[in-house]
Amino acid sequence: MELNANIPDGPIEQKWDKHRFDMKLVNPANKRKYKVIVVGSGLAGAAAAASMGELGYEVECFCYQDSPRRAHSIAAQGGINAAKNYRNDGDSVQRLFYDTVKGGDFRAREANVYRLAQVSVNIIDQCVAQGVPFAREYGGLLDNRSFGGAQVSRTFYARGQTGQQLLLGAYQALERQIGLGTVKMHTRHEMQELIVIDGKARGIVTRDMVTGEIESHLADAVCLATGGYGNAFYLATYAKGCNGTAIWRAYKKGAAFGNPCYTQIHPTCIPVTGDHQSKLTLMSESLRNDGRVWVPKKAEDCGKKPGDIKEEDRDYYLERKYPSYGNLAPRDISSRAAKQVCDEGRGVGPGGRGVYLDFKDAIARLGKAKIEEKYGNLFEMYERITDENPYATPMRIYPAVHYTMGGLWVDYNLMSTVPGLFVLGEANFSDHGANRLGASALMQGLADGYFVIPYTIGNYLAANKGAKVAADHPDVKAAEAATKERNARLLAVNGKETPTYFHRELGKILWEHCGMARNEAGLKKALQLIPELRARFWKEVRVVGTGDELNQSLELAGRVADFMELGELMCLDALERRESCGGHFREEWQTEDGEAQRDDENFAHVAAWEYTGEGKAPIRHVEALAFENVHLATRSYK
Amino acid sequence: MSHDMNLTLQVWRQKNAKAEGGFQTIKAQAISPDMSFLEMLDVVNEEIIKDGKDPIAFDHDCREGICGTCSMVINGRPHGPKERTTACQLHMRSFKDGDAIAIEPWRAKAFPVQKDLVVDRGAFDRIIAAGGFISAPTGTAQDANGLPIAKENADLAMDAAACIGCGACVAACPNASAMLFVSAKVSHLGLLPQGQPERFIRVRDMVAQMDAEEFGTCTNHGECEAACPKGISLENIARMNRDYLKGKLIERPAVAGGGGV
Repeated sequence: MELNANIPDGPIEQKWDKHRFDMKLVNPANKRKYKVIVVGSGLAGAAAAASMGELGYEVECFCYQDSPRRAHSIAAQGGINAAKNYRNDGDSVQRLFYDTVKGGDFRAREANVYRLAQVSVNIIDQCVAQGVPFAREYGGLLDNRSFGGAQVSRTFYARGQTGQQLLLGAYQALERQIGLGTVKMHTRHEMQELIVIDGKARGIVTRDMVTGEIESHLADAVCLATGGYGNAFYLATYAKGCNGTAIWRAYKKGAAFGNPCYTQIHPTCIPVTGDHQSKLTLMSESLRNDGRVWVPKKAEDCGKKPGDIKEEDRDYYLERKYPSYGNLAPRDISSRAAKQVCDEGRGVGPGGRGVYLDFKDAIARLGKAKIEEKYGNLFEMYERITDENPYATPMRIYPAVHYTMGGLWVDYNLMSTVPGLFVLGEANFSDHGANRLGASALMQGLADGYFVIPYTIGNYLAANKGAKVAADHPDVKAAEAATKERNARLLAVNGKETPTYFHRELGKILWEHCGMARNEAGLKKALQLIPELRARFWKEVRVVGTGDELNQSLELAGRVADFMELGELMCLDALERRESCGGHFREEWQTEDGEAQRDDENFAHVAAWEYTGEGKAPIRHVEALAFENVHLATRSYK
Repeated sequence: MSHDMNLTLQVWRQKNAKAEGGFQTIKAQAISPDMSFLEMLDVVNEEIIKDGKDPIAFDHDCREGICGTCSMVINGRPHGPKERTTACQLHMRSFKDGDAIAIEPWRAKAFPVQKDLVVDRGAFDRIIAAGGFISAPTGTAQDANGLPIAKENADLAMDAAACIGCGACVAACPNASAMLFVSAKVSHLGLLPQGQPERFIRVRDMVAQMDAEEFGTCTNHGECEAACPKGISLENIARMNRDYLKGKLIERPAVAGGGGV
């Protein structure tokens, strides 16, 4: 396997322009002769399907939800970054680029990040034109806020529902194309296999989640926009249905998996209450603009009511350790700091896994009304879940799995190592390095969907009009048979434990050994435990019902089976990356004061894993990262 | 410390769209008040699966009250007893030990049941496809600040845009009308300057599709607003009626295409 990133020549600020000129075009009259499949209808998928439909390609879009409007992009609260510099506060494409590369702890590909920063400004324009109701000021112009450790105000937002509004914009554009007949939508369909013919991606096999029918869909190219794989941890802020099946099936058909160990643990989530917990809920990190994070200085104070702990007995540990960023320190750093104080026995709430996020000072300074205007819906949500009033008593928060920076490896054109297979949004590995900055996921999803794939897909298609694939082609039939066989196997085990049981067990292993802090012994242990659990799964799982009906237990079992393989690769990648960077913290590599210590000499690269067959060790390939425009430096937020 | 509860569920069970359905009594035991309503159903389903029986099928996804997927009538109320709260955000502390809880799917002709509590809400997507958008193909936009929008209008548009498309309004309405859903989108886009060029054709096309999907008519019961987890206001229906009336009055026969060369 050869990794060619296909980065265009020339100065970084001219690469995308030059590339757009160099790429081949498909004649407008010929576009309708090409068919493109898009899997997933979140920001990246809906934007891509709508934009390619507008261009005239024949598009088929698939989602597992009952409507494309429900993809989990909808849950993003805080905002979307763009280098508009509307605040006149020193922002620029260059600065957004720099912040993103640095925030990613120098493990992202410069050229991709620069392009992301460039097109960020077009995204805001596009969304406003669609009617996305961003927050505005009294003069009628767009409002901005500072977010997630940025020192400029470049984040656009729509109350606490930015993801929802951006997704509805993309969804409406998609529905318009569906109405016009350029996009055919398949809801409640789950991708189960990638069809590869003569080395190129030519289609997918899906399961109709209502009738159970296994169907093949053929095309000239396939785009996966199926999101991240954080649900491998069982407890995460992802929607319950989010899964890694599409990218994992593609990996097993030859698409390299980039940096699987890079996961983001978000610092501000509502803590776990008990074993029944089915998911975790994020509280937007915009709350850290006004809330102050603290724990008691002394472990013996942890049982007290927060109001009874005197000011001098509180440790505002983020402000203490990172005076220039304080409560706004980036996500990976804030999460690790929370874990640290809880490990010291100073955590609060059930199980001692929580820290306070306190608005008392902000309420005193700005008044309750102002705080309500800014965060009212978040405070309501917190109270609904915890039955505690955050205006009166500090919130309790704890880190939770939130995003995966890793994903299928793609080149500058967003194409994987399987020709004709493109990967967009969180499903790819490309732009965030080892840590994603707040309000950058929405930006990347929409950049890929609206402004990158519509160009790069044409370049591929213009050179790759393959012969039509017959529905009974042996490779198509083989992919269908593999899908049916797999589902039949799951149904036949007839053991005693539910799929959820195995999912939860896998989550515990990953959280313990491949979570916020990792070390060699722990990872090796996980690499022993996961195969054992997987073997038990295939002997002891109980999947009820049949394959020919709506069967949520079968859906889940299939996803869990894939997570159990993917989780192993995450641990293997974490073991092999013998350094600390961003969200990947290896305890063996830390500075004296406990900060992440990179090893640029040996690890300034992307690790891309190649599947070699059932039961065989995957091969670790390397794409060296060149930093020509940003100087490698220690990331300091002190 | 709060105590665990034992509950009796009356759950609508229906094998598929064609089968007859009926209520089944299921015990829910050792339920913690800290569980969400859906986590309670998870616990019940785990037991059902271990017994080798068919678990209760229900739609859910984000479990944060924003995706609009969860959809069940709890004790006669869409999304249950708590105001402005989706079923996934409802917690068991809203119930007490020994309670009997009836759980049904959305009931509306336009939302056929697919299995148990799962219904088909594709009609909502088709209404949006008929006109619930602003035609702004990718790449055509001007600078975002080129079009100032009065904050009041932007805020009102956002209020309407907060609709999560769950369908509780339809389930609550005695006529199974979709007016609140449709009017929320008509208001969101009609209140913005970008939405003006298509304002009247949009409302006509969306209403025509709504009628074609066999949703009922609005007779001003207001149950929709009361059931809406996002507090979408009836005012939107009034706004839509005004636009629809005006849209019908100014409607002209379609002009033959003039796109030739």
